[in-house]
Amino acid sequence: MTTAAVPAPSARISPLAQVARLRAWLFLILLAATFEVWTRIANGASFVLSVYNLQAIAIFASAPLMLGLGQTFVIISAGIDLSLGFVMGLASVVAAHAANFGLARLGMGPAEAALFGIAVGVLATVPAGLVNGWLIAVLKVPPFIGTLGMYGVSRGAAYLLAAGMTVAVNDDWYGAIGNGRLGPFPVLVLLTAVACVALHYVLSQTRFGQHVYAMGASKAAASRAGIDVRRLTMKIYLLSAVMGGVAGALYTGRFSAGAPQAGEPLLLDSIAAVVIGGASLFGGSGTIWGTVAGAFVIAVIQYGLVLVDVEPFWQFIAVGGIIIVSVLVDQTQRRFLGGRVDE
Amino acid sequence: MSEPAPILSVRSVSKSFGAVRALDRASFDVLPGEVVALAGDNGAGKSTIIKAISGVISRDGGDILLDGKSVAFATPHEARDSGIETIYQDLSLADNLSIGANIFLGREPMRRAFGFLPVLDRRKMAEAARETMARLDFHVDRLDAPVAAFSGGQRQAVAIGRAIFWNARIVIMDEPTAALGVPEQRKVMSLIRSLKAEGKGVIFISHNLRDIFDVADRIVVFRRGENAGERRPAETTSDEIVRLMVGK
Ligand SMILES: Nc1ncnc2c1ncn2[C@@H]1O[C@H](COP(=O)(O)OP(=O)(O)OP(=O)(O)O)[C@@H](O)[C@H]1O
Ligand SMILES: [Mg+2]
Repeated sequence: MTTAAVPAPSARISPLAQVARLRAWLFLILLAATFEVWTRIANGASFVLSVYNLQAIAIFASAPLMLGLGQTFVIISAGIDLSLGFVMGLASVVAAHAANFGLARLGMGPAEAALFGIAVGVLATVPAGLVNGWLIAVLKVPPFIGTLGMYGVSRGAAYLLAAGMTVAVNDDWYGAIGNGRLGPFPVLVLLTAVACVALHYVLSQTRFGQHVYAMGASKAAASRAGIDVRRLTMKIYLLSAVMGGVAGALYTGRFSAGAPQAGEPLLLDSIAAVVIGGASLFGGSGTIWGTVAGAFVIAVIQYGLVLVDVEPFWQFIAVGGIIIVSVLVDQTQRRFLGGRVDE
Repeated sequence: MSEPAPILSVRSVSKSFGAVRALDRASFDVLPGEVVALAGDNGAGKSTIIKAISGVISRDGGDILLDGKSVAFATPHEARDSGIETIYQDLSLADNLSIGANIFLGREPMRRAFGFLPVLDRRKMAEAARETMARLDFHVDRLDAPVAAFSGGQRQAVAIGRAIFWNARIVIMDEPTAALGVPEQRKVMSLIRSLKAEGKGVIFISHNLRDIFDVADRIVVFRRGENAGERRPAETTSDEIVRLMVGK
């Protein structure tokens, strides 16, 4: 065959890019080291070598992480899900009502009622996810606007269903799911770990995950390659909403109450976890393990500052600073790789 | 000596967008191992005819025959499945994926890990990438690197590699060199020659008459959606092609 040689691309992954990719883990190590020194000086105790501290941090991290897992898929696909916080609240309220209904009216035992509550709470998020996907995929509403609309709708629905208050649940089993332990491991943390492993598999090893990355890089390339981008978009927002549902149903167990505002402060934490974890808000990059590290960075800051008795408001400043640094690292790296920053 | 039967035959295809008649009974053939250049001024209908062939839009009238059988693809995917691969200047590749992942995009091979868990077969993708790019004399040292790091010409090579890998019989390229520097344009020209050497039919759109004369076996000129003439490069001049394009 007659061809001219096309020179091989020298597409080595530079050490700088490696560091940028792992920045969340670096942040995490730096923070842990800082708090280790700080708590030893201030409290005379170890920060890292305390089972109690580690359990507390893992529990702190679990709810924003549940939201962050779905948000990772959304952000890699070049979208954003702003409705997630109140979709979680809606699930929490619905789960509480369903568990109470199961106990009082359907003659269920506490175990059945807890599972029934969780199932109904999670199912309640399906319409929200489908509507988000439909607005974005079919009606071509920008994700920021479409999910902002759903934020309002689910917020209103959650408060209406809770009559403006919280919905108490008296179910020991449900409480045990939210607060129990298996050995040293809180049940909540184990469930979150299972979700992380499962979604890491989905994102990194399946066609669905591969298509999410492709769509985030170029919707046109994905659809030219025969990928049904509409269906894919619907699935992504459905996944995100369902993860919000799981987080909400578990919240109800943890606090023995359904609360409309359960996820309100967690939405921004979930986005922050994904971004600190190395995903780009322009789409096309991000990993589940990055998001895990990002969620732990936030949890360590929140818990660590409480432990050393710093006013809690400093945590917002610390997390905000890390988000900004992360985004700057991401942009520098993209420019460095010759990727298009403003696409 | 009789010519071989055309792989693709476009017969009197018409297409209107509202009041705009983008194609008016456009016709041409593509033979195996033949490079057909479509020429014409802006808005002549060149992109529209290839969209009608590759399933991006439907035609209002006329016929498109693949191996003598009438076809009407509803999606680009159907066209690909029938061996018609279209390469767009910038829209063909996912920048964040490797060569192999781009070759297999939408058709990823799976294997079973631990005997039961379906996972992407990355080794197969990398292997296919290595073999295919070697056929194009394109040697890569890191098969897992994202194609974002590649130059425009190298990215065209990946897109062409995808067409070769899937055994495309017709490769369509709409202005494949438009955004490239001169050395890279040359490389794309040589890639087109290697497609021809593999017996593919190539449809190639360009505004650059030098490229067209360099690589085409036949030049089909369109004007306002209509056929304005058809020439072999050896039997015409750029001046004549330009006259056909503008209609004087
Ligand atoms: N989707 C569309 N909707 C409306 N009009 C269209 C559409 N696509 C093409 N046209 C019109 O059809 C005509 C032919 O367009 P086409 O893109 O095929 O031209 P072209 O020969 O590829 O031109 P260029 O060299 O500029 O790429 C033009 O008048 C164009 O404005
Ligand atoms: Mg065109």
